[in-house]
Amino acid sequence: MLALPAAAAPAPRRQIFLGTAIACAMGTMLIGGMLATWLQFRADAPLRESAKRGFIKDWMPENIIVPEVAANMMLIAFCVACVMAQWAVYSAKRQDRAHTGAALGMTVIIGLATLNAQIFIWTQMGVGARDGAFHSMFYAATGAMAFLLIAGIVFTAVAAFRYLGGRTKELEVVSSHALYWYFLTAAFTAVWFVIYVQK
Amino acid sequence: MTSIDTHHAAEVSAPTPAIATWLTSADHKIVGRLHIGAGLTGLLLGLVVAVLVAFERIDADGYQILDEGAATQALALARNLLSFGGVLPLLLGLAIAVLPLQIGSRSLSFPRLAASGFWLWLTGLGLMVASIFGNGGPGGGDSDLVDLYLAAFVVMLIGVAMTATSITVTALTSRAPGMGFLRAPLFTWSSLVGAASLLVTVPVLIGTTVYVYVDHRYARLGFGGNKGVNEWIGWATSQPFTYLLAIPALGIALDAVPVLTRRRLVERPIAFVLLGVVAIAGVSAVTQTTVTLPWGGDSFFAGLGTKIADLLPFVLLNVLPVVGILAIVGLVLLSLKEGKPKIAAPLVFVVLGLIGILEGAAAMILRTIEDAGLAGTIFEAGEYVGITFGTAAVAFGGICYWGPKLWGRRISDKAAIPLALLTFLGTVLGSLPYMVAGFADQPAGVLDGFEYSGPQELWNALTAVGFLLMLLATVAFVALAAKSFLSGEPAGDDPWDGSTLEWATSSPPPDDNFSDVFVVHSSEPLADMKASSTGKDA
Repeated sequence: MLALPAAAAPAPRRQIFLGTAIACAMGTMLIGGMLATWLQFRADAPLRESAKRGFIKDWMPENIIVPEVAANMMLIAFCVACVMAQWAVYSAKRQDRAHTGAALGMTVIIGLATLNAQIFIWTQMGVGARDGAFHSMFYAATGAMAFLLIAGIVFTAVAAFRYLGGRTKELEVVSSHALYWYFLTAAFTAVWFVIYVQK
Repeated sequence: MTSIDTHHAAEVSAPTPAIATWLTSADHKIVGRLHIGAGLTGLLLGLVVAVLVAFERIDADGYQILDEGAATQALALARNLLSFGGVLPLLLGLAIAVLPLQIGSRSLSFPRLAASGFWLWLTGLGLMVASIFGNGGPGGGDSDLVDLYLAAFVVMLIGVAMTATSITVTALTSRAPGMGFLRAPLFTWSSLVGAASLLVTVPVLIGTTVYVYVDHRYARLGFGGNKGVNEWIGWATSQPFTYLLAIPALGIALDAVPVLTRRRLVERPIAFVLLGVVAIAGVSAVTQTTVTLPWGGDSFFAGLGTKIADLLPFVLLNVLPVVGILAIVGLVLLSLKEGKPKIAAPLVFVVLGLIGILEGAAAMILRTIEDAGLAGTIFEAGEYVGITFGTAAVAFGGICYWGPKLWGRRISDKAAIPLALLTFLGTVLGSLPYMVAGFADQPAGVLDGFEYSGPQELWNALTAVGFLLMLLATVAFVALAAKSFLSGEPAGDDPWDGSTLEWATSSPPPDDNFSDVFVVHSSEPLADMKASSTGKDA
């Protein structure tokens, strides 16, 4: 075999962090693409006369009431989850096991609460996916967001199990999970504005 | 020489049965070979369906081979199998198998992700094919199986995204010390660009498919039901998405041709830029729009401002990627002219395949000029065939080139070169007559009931013959590759006198690829080392 100059083994690269960044980019394209299609449908909808607001796009039926309080709470919860995730990174860097565990646990709990709020919105709206294009697209877009949220909760749970299981030197998973929560917050902000505010 | 401790689990534990190794392995060489084997199978099946479709088109007066209601499904099946079942896994497989070797890495990043991606892709593809055979798929009559088709499509795409993630992270994080991007082999760079393009476009496709699935399953009010499936997700098997699949093929050419012509590619930086330029096609794919040029009017200067406004996106999104491909073909031809070409099977496959890709890509420019009147005609199928068959031919060249490294045995040049010529003939005959028929206004997406003045049966018969030749060439190539895999002539570690790191290890490589970590000082580390050891100027 030919001999090239040999070197010391390369330093570990941040593969998990990069992989998470790529997953975030893909999630951005997923949600971005879905919102773009949503906006296209909304823009293409014909005009109709509304009793309250004059001529408006015939997109969301007037009898649908979106629980905006729950949607706003979801947005706030996502922001809080970011704080918790960053707290976990901060504590993990200082080898503070108790705080890291608490922060990761809080992130999971807030994630579950956010998911609960999403289910609450679906239940309270009381519309079926069969009722129209708006309805099916609403469930598809918010369902995709909920899927990404569930992935975030699982990711945090895995990070917590690894850290509490003794891998306290491996900070990359903790910082990667924080990155993912920042992405989730940004993605939900877009969903919140387009679907829950602009409708 | 500093050596790194390598693990040889097989020496201390009971040997794993071969079938279990293939099913559960996270070794990038095995996962890559699985992709390549499945890709060749998918390509064969796609070609069989494409041949049936092409023969059905010859006589436009009644259905002879297929059911009348199955035209849309057959067309979708052929393209899905050719693109997602054939060309894509072939190129992903080559990237998975070769890329870590090229960059001096001992493994793929996230190897289990890549292995899981393969099995997800295979499951999704299998369910898609099964759903179409059960009267699902685009335009299918069985509602549940149309839903299954859409769900399976998403599963398949998730598998592709997982594999592409693994390739991207490997290329970004696992290069040998000293190997900056400009020193990375061009196939590595093209695989990175291709995988990154997929990572950007595939999620958009997934999102659209989810919309179509939910709408089809529940409402059927927004996306056109079963008839709307192709309208919304058909862009994944059309131009410019097919350009993205061709990007790694361009990298194969840029890596293999300089070695086989014994000429260093001094224009490497330009080649890096050109591969990126081709990826601009991803913008059109993501936005799911084809920019057209409405160039009407009496004179050039009439409404010049509007014309420039139309021309700018047209040039950026349609012309620029083709210019990139054209320039890469130019670099390859320059290597052929100035080098000392060895007439070997990889060289012939790669050069002829590139011509097919260029033909299809250039044709797209013509179709998107509105005055040409080619929109909605079968001309688009000609483009698709040129790019897809051309990409498949280059992938065959890649298998001939790196096969010796992957399984330690050569594919016979004497037997493979005629197949390369047959593949080229199949590509030309499969695409050009469709383009001519497009000028005669033969409609796209239908197999029967069209009529135009001119020898319409001749054009469709020529295409059918082209598809048949491609099928025969692929069958023969698969047989040849299998023969080489099982009982070919031993290749040696460096059969092509290569210049990059994959040729610095044994053929086939050991479990951990390299026992040493190399420090790289140029883009062709092995060639430099050989030159310095023989006293030649590097």
